Amino acid sequence: MNIQQMAQSSQVISSPLGSQISVTNVSKIYGAGDFAKEVVRDCSFTLDRGKLTVMIGPSGCGKSTLIRMLAGFERPSSGAITLDGKAVSRPGLDRLVVFQESALFPWMSTYDNIMFGPRARGEDTPEMRAYAEELLHKVGLDGFRKKYPAQLSGGMQRRAELARSMINKPAVMILDEPFRGLDAMTKKLMQEYYSNLYEEFRRTTFFVTTDIDEAIYLADRILIMTNIPTQVRAVINVDLPRPRHVEDITENDDANAIKMRALSLLHEEAMKSFARGSKAAADFVDAYAKRINKE
Amino acid sequence: MTEASPLRALNRDVSLGLADDAVRGISPLALAIHRFLLWLRSPRPYLMIVGFTLFIGFWYLAVEVWKLPRFSEMPGPTEVVREWFSRNPTYGLSVFTPEYYLHIWVSTRRVAIAFFLATAIGVPLGLFLGWSERFKQYVFPVFELLRPVPPLAWVPLAIVMFKGSETPIIFLTFLASFYATALNTMLGVESIDVSYTRAASCLGATRWQVFRHVIVPGAMPFIFTGLQISVGVAWFSLVAGEMVSGQYGLGYVINTSYTMVRYPTIVIGMITLGIVGYVTSAAVRFVGDHLMQWRTRELALGGDR
Repeated sequence: MNIQQMAQSSQVISSPLGSQISVTNVSKIYGAGDFAKEVVRDCSFTLDRGKLTVMIGPSGCGKSTLIRMLAGFERPSSGAITLDGKAVSRPGLDRLVVFQESALFPWMSTYDNIMFGPRARGEDTPEMRAYAEELLHKVGLDGFRKKYPAQLSGGMQRRAELARSMINKPAVMILDEPFRGLDAMTKKLMQEYYSNLYEEFRRTTFFVTTDIDEAIYLADRILIMTNIPTQVRAVINVDLPRPRHVEDITENDDANAIKMRALSLLHEEAMKSFARGSKAAADFVDAYAKRINKE
Repeated sequence: MTEASPLRALNRDVSLGLADDAVRGISPLALAIHRFLLWLRSPRPYLMIVGFTLFIGFWYLAVEVWKLPRFSEMPGPTEVVREWFSRNPTYGLSVFTPEYYLHIWVSTRRVAIAFFLATAIGVPLGLFLGWSERFKQYVFPVFELLRPVPPLAWVPLAIVMFKGSETPIIFLTFLASFYATALNTMLGVESIDVSYTRAASCLGATRWQVFRHVIVPGAMPFIFTGLQISVGVAWFSLVAGEMVSGQYGLGYVINTSYTMVRYPTIVIGMITLGIVGYVTSAAVRFVGDHLMQWRTRELALGGDR
């Protein structure tokens, strides 16, 4: 186990921009026979080195299943997932997941949470501690290193979690709706903040969301997913200059064009699942209608 | 990176997440005094006094004033208190007789031994039951079959299995504690959110590290709930054991006082059991709170999870 981990961590250092992940013809079917449910069907895409790829699709469309497969918690029923050409088969330090719900350990202080990865690998070195301090400063939690997660606000918890992942210098960072459940104001601040972090580190990142504005603001490339069983419906490149500011995006014509296109694709997908009686999709259609009326 | 102003705005809206500096330098003693004063200012102590007054008042009225039909044989509170604090007790047992403390000591020692055995065996067993599905498949059915058998039913076998009078009593006391501890520990492990174990393995932890740093601390709140239950049930199985054999102990006092018609002494034994039992379970809670400060703080903040 340890030797493999060392191999993985040396691989982590190899490229400053992180690794490239290829997902080729991946399908995932749960259950068997009459009870089989196909969640992902023949799905292919790549996460380019150093780029931020955002995946967006109707709720319940199998995005989290794809993430669990990328992370190595589950295996595809067919198809292949490779990282720099090597097959992904189980969780590894090269792919770090920031989960939907805060997965900070409630029994550890902010600092101990951040140092968990290095300590698990036996790397509790002065350099690593200095790096932890640097990251604490970067995520603005200097004064909160001894606090337990329950004593932090939602936004602070997410930032602590980002720091806990980044200290391991993962070759790929996977974020599963990281800002879901935050209030609108905090969410916006976290998006700006996260965008700064990404622009500074530029590592291969896979970001899953249901929020189109968030997707356009952050992405180099957007994958629009179909309804379940999920497939890539469209790929939209977002060639807006960095560093980006939220205000620029709302007033930018290109961004608005991308938004209209993405929304109409998402709307089609949502209507399909609405026709199949999905409650989540009905909510989406409602929200969509409101948004259109506003504009 | 710019000294992010959004961050400052983010941190400002945290009403209770005081930064480390804000709480540094408060001593535990000062905190304890502060808490005590808060408690005195809350309605809790006064409601507690009202509760006790109502209970003892009803006892007094029923036995000594109204002399209700079935209550006439019962010792009243004044008789019990007079006997309990008498320098020269009518039935030979009061706070001034050394024998009283010998009984308390013997019982407490038995409970302590049984409780520590139950913890030492029950916690690891519970952890493995929760952690390994295979182990659980072997052990749990046997465990569930034995668990409903009350300690009293074990009395004959306990006497056959163990020598002397001390070990059978400790065994009987141990049993119920052990079930409570093991079962709660197992539930504690099973209650741990899978995202914690996933996060840990994602961060490169080995299976053993996940066990040590996620499973054990994650199950801790349930373990301590189990230990509090365990101390409580230890006291009542102890009394069952002491009623059967032995020469000392509070259960023995109650049983012999019954056969010798010393009713006030029975009540003294009962009240003493209540007090000692309360103290032991408060001690377990205290240790638990001390070990799980993260949880105490989580609960103190009103726990929005």
